[in-house]
Amino acid sequence: MDVFNAIIQTLDSTIRLSVPLLLACLAGLYSERAGIFDIGLEGKMLVGAFAGAAAASVFHSAFLGLGMAILISVAFAMIHGFASITHRGNQIVSGVAINFIAAGSTIILGQAWFQQGGRTPALQPGERFEAITLPGAEAIRDVPIIGPIYAELLSGHSILVYLAFLMVPFTWWVLFRTRFGLRLRAVGENPAAVDTAGISVAWLRYRALICTGILTGIAGAYLSMVQNGGFVKDMTAGKGYIALAALIFAKWKPVNAMFACLLFGFLDAASIRLQGSPLPIIGKVPAQFMQALPYILTVILLAGFIGKAIPPRAGGVPYVKER
Amino acid sequence: MAQAAIELIGINKSFGAVRANRDINLEIGRGTIHGIVGENGAGKSTLMSILYGFYQADSGEIRVGGQPASIKTPNDAIALGIGMVHQHFMLVDNFTVLENVILGAESDALLKKSIAKARSELERLEREYGLEVDPDAIIEELPVGLQQRVEILKALYRGAEILILDEPTGVLTPAEADHLFRILRQLKDQGKTVVLITHKLREIMAITDTVSVMRQGTMVATRETAKTTVEELAELMVGRRVLLRVEKGEAAAGAVKLAVKNLTVRDTRGVTMVDDISFDIRAGEIVGIAGVAGNGQSELLEAISGIRRAVSGSVMLDGKPIDLTGAADPGELRDRGLAHVPEDRHHVGLVLAFEENENSILGYHDDPRYLRGPFLNIDAIRNDAKDKITKYDIRPADCRLKTANFSGGNQQKIVLAREMEQDPGVLIVGQPTRGVDVGAIEFIHKRLIAMRDQGKAVLVVSVELDEIRSLSDRILVMFAGRIVGERGPEATEGELGLLMAGIEHQEAAE
Repeated sequence: MDVFNAIIQTLDSTIRLSVPLLLACLAGLYSERAGIFDIGLEGKMLVGAFAGAAAASVFHSAFLGLGMAILISVAFAMIHGFASITHRGNQIVSGVAINFIAAGSTIILGQAWFQQGGRTPALQPGERFEAITLPGAEAIRDVPIIGPIYAELLSGHSILVYLAFLMVPFTWWVLFRTRFGLRLRAVGENPAAVDTAGISVAWLRYRALICTGILTGIAGAYLSMVQNGGFVKDMTAGKGYIALAALIFAKWKPVNAMFACLLFGFLDAASIRLQGSPLPIIGKVPAQFMQALPYILTVILLAGFIGKAIPPRAGGVPYVKER
Repeated sequence: MAQAAIELIGINKSFGAVRANRDINLEIGRGTIHGIVGENGAGKSTLMSILYGFYQADSGEIRVGGQPASIKTPNDAIALGIGMVHQHFMLVDNFTVLENVILGAESDALLKKSIAKARSELERLEREYGLEVDPDAIIEELPVGLQQRVEILKALYRGAEILILDEPTGVLTPAEADHLFRILRQLKDQGKTVVLITHKLREIMAITDTVSVMRQGTMVATRETAKTTVEELAELMVGRRVLLRVEKGEAAAGAVKLAVKNLTVRDTRGVTMVDDISFDIRAGEIVGIAGVAGNGQSELLEAISGIRRAVSGSVMLDGKPIDLTGAADPGELRDRGLAHVPEDRHHVGLVLAFEENENSILGYHDDPRYLRGPFLNIDAIRNDAKDKITKYDIRPADCRLKTANFSGGNQQKIVLAREMEQDPGVLIVGQPTRGVDVGAIEFIHKRLIAMRDQGKAVLVVSVELDEIRSLSDRILVMFAGRIVGERGPEATEGELGLLMAGIEHQEAAE
């Protein structure tokens, strides 16, 4: 039963750890499917995390915090859009710039407003998103196997966790079942076809980036208001980049993205769990190696095990009418 | 004359200092097929893009069906019943036919209903115009002829009454082009108006009712097709008399210069593109390879010129073998007297960001003539470039100009001058006049024949049948990686067309 509990606990933290990846990955999916590379997912998550925690702490409301996180993150997405859609700038440069601005401005503003070394004040109950207990969770907790799976694994997460996983079928539906999705995929493949069909390429891409901004905002809010009780500098710690890797790994498909993010989340959870405990055969492994494992595996997976990932064909190229 | 479907009055359009359209007046009759001809850069496409709302005119008026119209975006054009089939298809390659047809004209926010509606509408159009195409096929899996049909369907689905086609036959086989013309006639019979932009005069004569000629941004003439001739149109286009078919004497074929034997080449995907091909080229003759693009001609050229490895077979240059195993090096071949004018001058033949004089020695840059010790002899290079500019009439005559700023025809002349002036024994030319104007075509053809008359062996690969027939002393037809026939220059277009479509070949195989 100990092993079973250990597995349940590891899977539980897998879910918790994959949520920010999943939200960021879906965010990237909207923009990359529309032909805009977005290396600035990291930065947008970071400003979202900061704005969410700061607003929640000042206004004493988790939902106001979430709203502010989305608002600021969308604003940063619009900066990316202004540079790379309206002014046809290099999307990578614009994304990197956003990451730098995010890293710097969150620390400076945090220090100026709260004087806690770049942190935001610790969030009080009511300012954070609390865990939700699903109906009947307590009643069946003691049922073997099913009980712990329901009560531990599925129940007891914050609303943002459920939202993140609901975004997977929703994104699939938007992309493949709606007019907006058809146009969004088309503009990432051949913007000229969209333009000649009488649709504005720029407005369509801006709308895709708004979707991206909303999702990175939620991802950031999750980091500072669910996983942590406040904002800490550089708290995204490369998750935006891992999300991009997961996106390639998932071949730009929503359901694949979920599994890719769960895999990365699992590696993360396993590395935390296994720190300091000896592995069979290998023996004791240095903690640093376990921490590095997800990243090492990312490189290996991306280098050779995913087959051919064909990105949206117009990705990264600003749209210019002929001539 | 029928009532006008479209009237353009005093249209002007400039791009920076370039006046693409000056004071254009044009009237297109309802229910007619109206051709617009002109050289590249004459302003045909710009004019049609203005009509389709892709660009806006600086001044002038457009009337559609007698009413003044303001066309600011393609949406406005579509609403007025104007549809356009672009030269480069505006299709999303990994979408289905139906998805492409509804894109931008979805009847509903959810796809299911839009697609169902489009499906029944496509069936109707299919019955009415004979435009058969599988609605669920993925675009990139369709041959170009069908892709073009999807473009036409797209326009008709949006209720187009006026259909503009920009260079529609450039990518089609002769049979596909004939089918297209049948469709266009049917559209005309149903009362639609068709505007056909092309630089192929034969097509104009074959299908249009009226033809307008553009030159350097101006509309120089409009004629009834029945009352004009190819010669007159060519003269109007270029502004001087043009020889459409170059004069040439009998070939005096000498010794074998290049012998290709059992050559097999695969492309990067591992598909066999050249399948066990053998042929010879003798000194003093032009051998033409005809075929629809994509039947292995490109890979054949690349293998002979040392760019691509061959799987098996041999190539002998002047009786000595060329190493085909991969160690072959285009530079070595060049030293041995094999010059290559590649099909794709933009990617293989030129560095567009370089100055003209730099491109004019590219690949020959370690020739002692262009060197002073370990350094480039800039003066010698520039003087050499100036000589070539004079000799090949390259315009503008400025060897310091960036190569990207020359027109397609002049870029091609830069490559030709570079390769021909090295006095090679064997000259291999891919698509000698792709994207080149009528006037420059004449010049290039004359040069190639002059090479032949100097006793050089010339191999020409072209998808333009007219060109192959006019230049070649012997014609080889390629289909699916094989040579399916050899004919003399007197072969008819129909005969070659059948070979190119693989028809005779398949019958023989059955």
